[in-house]
Amino acid sequence: MSVTVRIPTILRTYTGGQAEVPAEGGTLGEVIADLEKNHTGIAARVLDDQGKLRRFVNVYVNDDDVRFEQGLDTATPDGAGISIIPAVAGG
Amino acid sequence: MAVQTVATTSDSTVDLGPAAALSCRECGHRVPLGPVFACEECFGPLEIAYDFSAYDTEELRRRIEAGPASIWRYAPLLPVPADVAEKPNLNPGWTKLVKADNLARELGVTGGLYVKDDSGNPTHSFKDRVVAQALEAARAFGFTTLSCSSTGNLAGAVGAAAARAGFRSCVFIPHDLEQGKVVMAAVYGGELVGIEGNYDDVNRFCSELIGDPAGEGWGFVNVNLRPYYAEGSKTLAYEICEQLGWRLPDQIVIPIASGSQLTKIDKGLQELIKLGLVEDRPYKIFGAQAEGCSPVSTAFKAGHDVVRPQKPDTIAKSLAIGNPADGPYVLDVARRTGGAVEDVTDPEIVDAIRLLARTEGIFAETAGGVTVGVTRKLLEAGVLDPAKTTVVLNTGDGLKTLDAVAGTGLTATIRPTLDSFREAGLA
Repeated sequence: MSVTVRIPTILRTYTGGQAEVPAEGGTLGEVIADLEKNHTGIAARVLDDQGKLRRFVNVYVNDDDVRFEQGLDTATPDGAGISIIPAVAGG
Repeated sequence: MAVQTVATTSDSTVDLGPAAALSCRECGHRVPLGPVFACEECFGPLEIAYDFSAYDTEELRRRIEAGPASIWRYAPLLPVPADVAEKPNLNPGWTKLVKADNLARELGVTGGLYVKDDSGNPTHSFKDRVVAQALEAARAFGFTTLSCSSTGNLAGAVGAAAARAGFRSCVFIPHDLEQGKVVMAAVYGGELVGIEGNYDDVNRFCSELIGDPAGEGWGFVNVNLRPYYAEGSKTLAYEICEQLGWRLPDQIVIPIASGSQLTKIDKGLQELIKLGLVEDRPYKIFGAQAEGCSPVSTAFKAGHDVVRPQKPDTIAKSLAIGNPADGPYVLDVARRTGGAVEDVTDPEIVDAIRLLARTEGIFAETAGGVTVGVTRKLLEAGVLDPAKTTVVLNTGDGLKTLDAVAGTGLTATIRPTLDSFREAGLA
């Protein structure tokens, strides 16, 4: 599955300044693994030592917060837009 | 929509008073003061690190007591320049700490019950405190447009602060907010944009806008200026203690939306202890949520460290944040201090609004109904100690949420005659 991943400002050092990058994968976990292949170091910023999403990272597949779905096992359909966003905003 | 081009890079020479750097609350990574909010290492929240080392306790106390009747009496403890009170801003704060004896009798509190009534701020909610900090940061970093995601109160506070300071404002709210809050946000003349979605959708939108060229040069008070903004809630702690005669309360009941206010009140109390301005003794912090948006109280009661987001459905729209950024820290504070987090139903919120109005003449918005309702519930459960000094926050004015008490109205309609008055049973 080909998807587009929106990269937050603080991770753009890993994508050469690009705000959006393409990636492959049928689940969010696979997409992050693919991102890591092309943008080394990015996975460790998004995932903790146990390989789970860090608690201050929000990830959306299209409009759905993956915490309401299946987390890293959330399906990423072909053409999906994925957004990685710092969670510490608002209030 | 024109985009302002301004300096947005970090600058170690900015004058924000005692603020020395930004430090990650999770991993401790430090960066220079700048318009950034999330740690580049771990995504954790960045907070202000201060240098208070030069302060003498009694000199600081005298300086505060001689200061203006606003939050700026605490300028030495905030991320603002020393001459902040001379700059155009709303000068919020120094609101009343009402000794609520009638409410105390009704609830069986014997140790002293106080309502910190922040409806007395310029735009009638506590948000003026936090926006005032963000405004100074915006000035320091060269922004000329103020923005935010808001459940309503913040929109008004940003609009008013921008008007006073000569900034442009463009704020984003859920499209279905209470009419009172929409009007109170729009009247200041800035741009007000309704987003088709709930607050968490609005917040997500703003977080994405900030990383897009369309949002370049904008100071989002609760996104890229959030480390500065959040510090404004410390002033609630400072004021409560000073108004109690430089004394810590035993128990404080605080509403939870993002959880930022509660955690910063705790930070403010800790600072006062470390600075020697109050005696170091135990206090307990209690969080209050609406049952229809209770991710933090659910986690607290379940013994969890992680807050699972919820889809909000409550009349307490100013607290309707289903994915609270500071939720985990609220759990830490409540557990560390021996407090608790509780929630009340919408009917209990309405009852509590009426109770506070009837007993103390204070008309609270729904968030105030949540804190009073939770106070009553925790007293009945024996969790709050009625023999201890207790402070309950009212963070906003009931005129903003009139729909919540829409059933309230005329006792009777009569002809302008004494007979009619007597016939109606009013004599």
